[in-house]
Amino acid sequence: MSQFQEKTQIIRIERFTSDIVRLTLDSPEIASIAKPGQFVMIRTGNSNDPLLRRPFSISQTSNGKLFQILFKVVGRGTSLLAHCREGEFLSVLGPLGQGFRVDCRRTNCLVGGGMGIAPLLFLGKSMSRQCSNAPPYVVVGARTKEELGPLVDDFAELGLPVHPATDDGTYGHHGLVTDVLKKLDLGPDCQMYVCGPYPMMSAVHLFCKKQDYGCQVSMETSMACGMGACLGCIVPVKKGGYAHACSDGPVFDSRELLWQVK
Amino acid sequence: MASQVKGMDLRVSIGSLKLQNPVMTASGTFGYAREFEPYVNLHRLGAVVVKGISLEPRNGNPPPRIVETSAGMLNAIGLENVGVERFIQEKMETLQGLNVPVFVNILGDTLDEYRAIAARLAGVKGIAGIEVNISCPNVKKGGVAFGTVPEMAAAVTKAVKEESTVPVVVKLSPNVTDITVIARAVEDAGADAVSLINTLIGMAIDPRSKRPCLANVIGGLSGPAIKPVALRMVYQVAQAVSIPVIGIGGIETAEDIVEFMLAGATAIQIGTANFVNPRASEDAVEGLARYVAEQKLGSVRELIGGLILP
Repeated sequence: MSQFQEKTQIIRIERFTSDIVRLTLDSPEIASIAKPGQFVMIRTGNSNDPLLRRPFSISQTSNGKLFQILFKVVGRGTSLLAHCREGEFLSVLGPLGQGFRVDCRRTNCLVGGGMGIAPLLFLGKSMSRQCSNAPPYVVVGARTKEELGPLVDDFAELGLPVHPATDDGTYGHHGLVTDVLKKLDLGPDCQMYVCGPYPMMSAVHLFCKKQDYGCQVSMETSMACGMGACLGCIVPVKKGGYAHACSDGPVFDSRELLWQVK
Repeated sequence: MASQVKGMDLRVSIGSLKLQNPVMTASGTFGYAREFEPYVNLHRLGAVVVKGISLEPRNGNPPPRIVETSAGMLNAIGLENVGVERFIQEKMETLQGLNVPVFVNILGDTLDEYRAIAARLAGVKGIAGIEVNISCPNVKKGGVAFGTVPEMAAAVTKAVKEESTVPVVVKLSPNVTDITVIARAVEDAGADAVSLINTLIGMAIDPRSKRPCLANVIGGLSGPAIKPVALRMVYQVAQAVSIPVIGIGGIETAEDIVEFMLAGATAIQIGTANFVNPRASEDAVEGLARYVAEQKLGSVRELIGGLILP
């Protein structure tokens, strides 16, 4: 498996809201081999503080040269990144982990929540190229229209039918993505590809279990290295013990995981 | 520059073991080395120390296991590992392909466990040395850590030495009143070298959830934040013992290495920095060669204990 540590230049910074940012990075080594669902580790500054890299899923690649990350400012690392300027360089490790496993023969459905929508754009793009059958369903949710709008537009550009949902009802369905899923006629042989907050993924997992649908989930955990050395990024698995999100995942078959339902 | 740097004498010795340079990787931060192959030319390192192995496999602690702190990180991995049998069957083959010395870090809950792992590893091809982690709690003795009681530290050292056919390094815990007492105890018990420091016990709390940041509540602090403490302990231990001292704690650059060697270290280990820059170890070898060239030293060994006191 090829991995690189690359100095990448920031080509473009887009600020969707006061705290949601998308960066486009010039990274030929990583962008040319990345697969949907894989991630990168980015150093957010040049000093020892904050010390560790931050993990980001790859939200899109283009021309085998550029890739994008989408993130929300949640702490010091993401805040530093949000304040970078176009033209600056970032140290990036990647592409890391095991991505989504696409099965073109099934009815595919991408389900994303908040920043978890990011890798699904890459997946949707790849599916529309790779699969000749009907395009995948796209069901995405976020807090507001402000957050969700630009992402829905990106899916629409790919020609994919999008079913949006917002917490405040400003865009699409007023409520949860699982409400939307229940209303769709997905047929008997559906495969879901899910990324979003834990409660959302756990709800989709239960829905899929009930319907006997396939369900791949992309797990988010804190991690120090992203390459299987620190053993910090564990996810409890059904057979006992743990899997490592960075090397066994981040995408898992939801049935292999041990879900903590509160 | 490259050829000039190539000619520099960076060789050091740990007991009977010759290293091409003093840069080792710290246990638990370098996996089984293979993980770093995409980033590092492993053959350029002084030695590799693989992650801690116990007699039986261990699942480790529940999440969250790590949290970032100021210029450092806390971990409570709980010694997750595949156990000695699977280690030998699955990991040794790649390690045997390395032409740098490989140290296997071992850990146990009882003296018998340490003895059994050392016995199992004795004679396994490709193992150049054993590093004994004595910082884990001794369950049978009511939770007293082997690393904090001199007699216990000595007993573990003696047990491992009796079974081992390769040099034995004992990795010391900094969570003691006087680390030199432990260092002398393991030296007297036959240790070929000591490595220090293991992580400093620490804690982090999330003020919003009012919960500890680690599921294990407390964890081990590593990274640049602990470097001054590590340097002080290396300095003290180097004066207290006559066996080689391997410095560990917040080391990333060649300058860091020079500081530890001046304080008395013969070799060093790079730990947490591997997470941030997977090439840190190889970068440090190059940086050290440049330093030796710039300073016009005959060999890197001139640095060992070369601190100029006021």
